[in-house]
Amino acid sequence: MTEHLFSRGHTACAGCGQALGARLVVDAAGRNCIITNNTGCLEVFSTGFPQSAWQVPWIHSLFENAAAVASGVEAALRYQGKLDKIKVIAQGGDGSTSDIGFGALSGMVERGHDVLYVCYDNEAYMNTGIQRSGLTPFDSNTTTSPPGKASFGNWRPKKPLPQIVAAHGAPYVATASVGFPRDVERKVKKALSIEGPKYIQLFVPCPLGWRHEARLTYEVARLVVETGLFPLVEFEDGELTRVRQIKPKPVEEYLKLQGRFSHLFRDEAGKAEIAKIQTIADANIKRFGLVAEKKEKAKESKKQEKASKS
Amino acid sequence: MKEFLEGSRTVARTVRLCRPGVIAAYPITPQTHIVEDLAQMVADGELDSQFINVESEHSAASVVLGAVAAGVRAFSATSSQGLLLMAEVIFNIAGMRLPLVIVNANRAVSAPINIWNDHQDSVTVRDAGILQFYAENNQEVADLVLLAYRVGEDPKISLPALVCMDGYILTHGHEVVDIPEQKQVDKFLPEFQPVVKLDPENPETMGYLGTPEIYMETRYALQETMLEALEVITSASQEFERIFGRALPPFYEAYKLEDAERAIVAMGSVAGTIKEVVDEMRQEGQKVGLLKLITYRPFPADALYEALENVPEIAVLEKAISMGAFGPVYTDLKASFQGKEAAPKISGFVIGLGGRDVSKDSIRRVFEELRGPQTPAKFMDVKTELVTA
Ligand SMILES: Cc1ncc(C[n+]2csc(CCOP(=O)(O)OP(=O)(O)O)c2C)c(N)n1
Ligand SMILES: [Mg+2]
Repeated sequence: MTEHLFSRGHTACAGCGQALGARLVVDAAGRNCIITNNTGCLEVFSTGFPQSAWQVPWIHSLFENAAAVASGVEAALRYQGKLDKIKVIAQGGDGSTSDIGFGALSGMVERGHDVLYVCYDNEAYMNTGIQRSGLTPFDSNTTTSPPGKASFGNWRPKKPLPQIVAAHGAPYVATASVGFPRDVERKVKKALSIEGPKYIQLFVPCPLGWRHEARLTYEVARLVVETGLFPLVEFEDGELTRVRQIKPKPVEEYLKLQGRFSHLFRDEAGKAEIAKIQTIADANIKRFGLVAEKKEKAKESKKQEKASKS
Repeated sequence: MKEFLEGSRTVARTVRLCRPGVIAAYPITPQTHIVEDLAQMVADGELDSQFINVESEHSAASVVLGAVAAGVRAFSATSSQGLLLMAEVIFNIAGMRLPLVIVNANRAVSAPINIWNDHQDSVTVRDAGILQFYAENNQEVADLVLLAYRVGEDPKISLPALVCMDGYILTHGHEVVDIPEQKQVDKFLPEFQPVVKLDPENPETMGYLGTPEIYMETRYALQETMLEALEVITSASQEFERIFGRALPPFYEAYKLEDAERAIVAMGSVAGTIKEVVDEMRQEGQKVGLLKLITYRPFPADALYEALENVPEIAVLEKAISMGAFGPVYTDLKASFQGKEAAPKISGFVIGLGGRDVSKDSIRRVFEELRGPQTPAKFMDVKTELVTA
């Protein structure tokens, strides 16, 4: 049995996608790395003194500064001439990354630090009890974006963070999901083989916050990709270079598994909202070419052929 | 070597001698000359250091935090709003026991926005667990930077330090200063040996979650260490004099205090003006004196008691106030005398906020006020006609 670098001594909930994701990331990175971690569920459940789940050097400072602390660690390693041997990874939740720590992330990327930043995207501030963040999806029910007579929940779509980081000119930006573990490993390894600032946004379901069964983590993490709601993409030097192609499933299949969307399944008005969410998925499919064009075109022309014959 | 230098340049030259491997800072008046000088030294290859241009002071403090955690000596400088933005990180650096030095160019805090000198910025972070030193002149700033690294990096202490210099008055003022030789500094300040560091060969977890079962002990340990630092500051100041051949009193400087009937306690450059007034009043036959407080955190309560116990009337002159209460040094000094045998009359005066000139005349009036009833927080030189009800 291989020894994991994120292992015993953590207290994550059953089915926690973030714990799964952290293990994938650090195992792919290997022993020779230093991790800086924002405040959030991952930090709390992995380092309750004196227990630590981390078998690599790891530091938590504050909620919003892992990217800046990592910049300092990187600068120190550069000064010591050790940067060729030791990789630096900064990590944080979606809230710390997209909102309060966004400036620090932007600064780290703009300055070109040789750091991989991993955003564990569970689509809300989970550690403080499921509040809305800039990466909470449209119509999601959180404690600060509750649905009610005058609302369907979160009124904004997710901030397009991967594109924003890519637009900084980062040499490598990718999205990944714990529903595709081999893909996560590949992307982490690829990122760490590239010099400069890298960003991976890793989709990690939260059974407690999303109100889905703990055993469904993997399925939810696959469906989000297969519906087109969380496209798996890679940008190199700001250009889209690779996408995971899908055979799109309707968004209902993904939404219906989760309590955070259950208010959309009650009436006609909810149906209309689901149609809006489908539009978001469709736009992603189009924007990133998630459905193989050739096949699509072939299908289209076959359809047309059929139509003209009949 | 003696040179005629601007205060900021004096700091930069001294910091270079300390060989920091990482420097991170963000522009803010009147601190900026310090880091501009350091950036130029790095650009000219005169200083082997990673100079990180951050996007905020919060990140400046976080970058040096990360650097020290990785085992490298680090430096930052800031002022006013920048220091307040760093405050969250400063508490964290202290709690994690990471030694580093920040120079603060003392400046008023907003609102109203004001770029001139007072001490409100640095006294506001007094509770963090960061050592705090205040300089009267630029020689003292330079000497305190060396002392701060030495004390903070002592493995028994392992704490950050804030060296405070009055904005504009010192940062932009030119003085003749004695910049030491590299050899001397290397002797006083050996290579940084971190107590813990981030290293894959020996993977440590830093910044644990501290539950109620252990949090209190870590805070207690921090307080104990702060008090222990008093001894380390004393021995470091002796070592300083041995190596550099110049005295650097550990906690305070007593000026004509021995037989004083009235004394002012103050921090920073205002001590220079007070000394002049003391000299003048002494010539007039008035027994007045000054205690210039250098070490504000840890607060040298016992030493101050001993120094002041025979002075019947004491004025604490401060460029800061805890709004709704008193001046911070006044409060600490009163506490130091509480329940003790000697019970001098201690009054508090607030002066020179936001760059308001502190004239010799104002100082004289403070000495005169001491003859009257005790005052806890009297604002000096306020133009009452400008304050509408
Ligand atoms: C400056 C500051 N503001 C707020 C908090 C409170 N806080 C701690 S963790 C957290 C939520 C974390 O959310 P996210 O970054 O998404 O990570 P998750 O817990 O969901 O994994 C919040 C709001 C804090 N620790 N510091
Ligand atoms: Mg989250």
